[in-house]
Amino acid sequence: MENSFLIKTKDLVKTYPVGHTTLFALNRVNLDFKPGEFAGLVGPSGSGKTTFLNIVGSLDSPSEGSVVVMGKKIEDLSHKQAAWLRNKNIGFIFQTFNLLPVYTVYENVEFPLLLLNLSPKERKEKVMKALEWVKLADRAKSKPAQLSGGESQRVAVARAIVKKPSIILADEPTANLDAENSFNILDTMEELNHELNTTFIFATHDEKVIKYLRRKITLVDGKVTKDEVYEQKNSKGDN
Amino acid sequence: MIIPKLALRNLLGAGLRTWLNVVVLSLSFVLIIWLQGLYIGMGDQIKEAQIDVEYGGGQYWHESYDPYDPLTLEDAHGAVPDPIQNKIDKDEATPVLIAQATIYPEGRLQVILLKGIDPAQTVVNFPSQFLVQENGEIPALIGTRMAKSTGLKIGNMIVVRWRDAQGTFDARDVYIAQIMKTIVPAVDQGQIWIPLETMRELMGMQNEASLVVMAKDIEELPVVSGWNFKSLEFLLADVEYLIKTKTTGGSIMYMFLLLLAMLAIFNTQVLSIFRRKKEMGTMMAMGFTRGKIIQLFTLEGAFHSVLAGIVAAIYGIPFLVWFAKKGWAMPEGYDDFGIALGEKLFPIYTAGLVFGTVMLILIVTTIVSFLPTRKIAKLKPTDALRGRLS
Repeated sequence: MENSFLIKTKDLVKTYPVGHTTLFALNRVNLDFKPGEFAGLVGPSGSGKTTFLNIVGSLDSPSEGSVVVMGKKIEDLSHKQAAWLRNKNIGFIFQTFNLLPVYTVYENVEFPLLLLNLSPKERKEKVMKALEWVKLADRAKSKPAQLSGGESQRVAVARAIVKKPSIILADEPTANLDAENSFNILDTMEELNHELNTTFIFATHDEKVIKYLRRKITLVDGKVTKDEVYEQKNSKGDN
Repeated sequence: MIIPKLALRNLLGAGLRTWLNVVVLSLSFVLIIWLQGLYIGMGDQIKEAQIDVEYGGGQYWHESYDPYDPLTLEDAHGAVPDPIQNKIDKDEATPVLIAQATIYPEGRLQVILLKGIDPAQTVVNFPSQFLVQENGEIPALIGTRMAKSTGLKIGNMIVVRWRDAQGTFDARDVYIAQIMKTIVPAVDQGQIWIPLETMRELMGMQNEASLVVMAKDIEELPVVSGWNFKSLEFLLADVEYLIKTKTTGGSIMYMFLLLLAMLAIFNTQVLSIFRRKKEMGTMMAMGFTRGKIIQLFTLEGAFHSVLAGIVAAIYGIPFLVWFAKKGWAMPEGYDDFGIALGEKLFPIYTAGLVFGTVMLILIVTTIVSFLPTRKIAKLKPTDALRGRLS
């Protein structure tokens, strides 16, 4: 059973020194995620959602406890091994899109593939496929500055999925979008989740996102207070 | 190849900021090559002129001869040894006799060097043919600088007074047969040339000389006692030193320009690292290691010099070639500089100069680009994503 988990945390603790005291961003968090989940961490600001995503995404390391992602212990990974894990298996979607401003849409989406030793032809095929998924193939030559917020986030989604990672970590992906664009993005991500069986983990407090989740984990002050699983999209149900 | 490609993409994407740095840096390229080329050209010009007119393939000096000590001239002469005389007889060498003398142009005493040279010599490119004696009077040859300082003109008669081998004062009238224009002041300023045999006779120094100039292509150099061979390396040492001094002086100017360009690049790099932290964080999230990001940012900086090289080539090559053909006209009064400068200076751009300049700028730019990027090594991905420097 252990091997069927994509991500498993055990007594995960992350602390930060604040003056003379210690702040517990995550306090004994035990969570498992299976392939194909569409899950979200919800909770107020400062509850530890982003910290959890950062640690699972190997951008940060735990203070205590253990985190296993794709069979690799995050706390034991070197800087290079962590970078390799991210490059191969994890896609990130950020609240502020984080597109590289001097690159075109095409180049932004191509970026994660550059370290994967793919031929230019292979890269082109994958980039165009990803742009078609997010319905932005016609904007391939545009620069980020020429895109709307919704389009920018769709580019960010294409960039996250282009290498078909096993996990996509999305930190407040709709926070800078209006309702219509938020739903479009969420529909796209849900389709990709079904089509590619990619595990999506969100950090959000946006009701629009929460409605799409099939698993909702509530964090308060770094502790998991609720872990609810729905049979299907929660959009028509209550939260 | 990905990192260089990305570095170039980032650099070109930065637009005006990049081009401002590139233009300043390209000016450094062109200015360094131009200035250094000018010094190389000047050095070559001076050396060639001195070899052609004065030094030939080297000189034998009488052991007492010291051009920097006029007081030794009285004793700095001796009979030309046979092995050297053989070379003279075969037109492979020409003797020069030197003595101190005085003239009285416009009634004022002036100490000069009286030099005797064979009118028929072909060893150096010196207009000695004007010293052929035709009417019993002693012909004299002076240079334009000497003519200017004494007010002498062609056909003028002038009294020359000297001390002969026995130390007795003697004097003769000589007439100015020709005023030569030469770029070598060392055969002009303060000198009067007369036929060698006449001088030997007047001085009572038969078959004697102070120095012997050897032909340029001479291979066999006899060893003779009482006479020391002075190679071109020795004779041109002062010129080499002068050029070195000039080059060092000129370097200060281009170093200043280079410093400005480097400051601009350093500033750009520092700004980049502060302003583009989020970009670095995003790259890390996508799997770039800190090492790769350092490489990328260092290359971005270093590529300024590559672009600058291309820009410099676009406007610099036509400029430098035009300048090499046209030359740089020397200002009025350049004759008084005391070195063998022509009316125009022609720069010479050697492959070593161009390659060396390119390498210098490339290395300095790379170092300057690398220094600020070391901060990235301490950057935590989470801080970078928040736009914070750890």
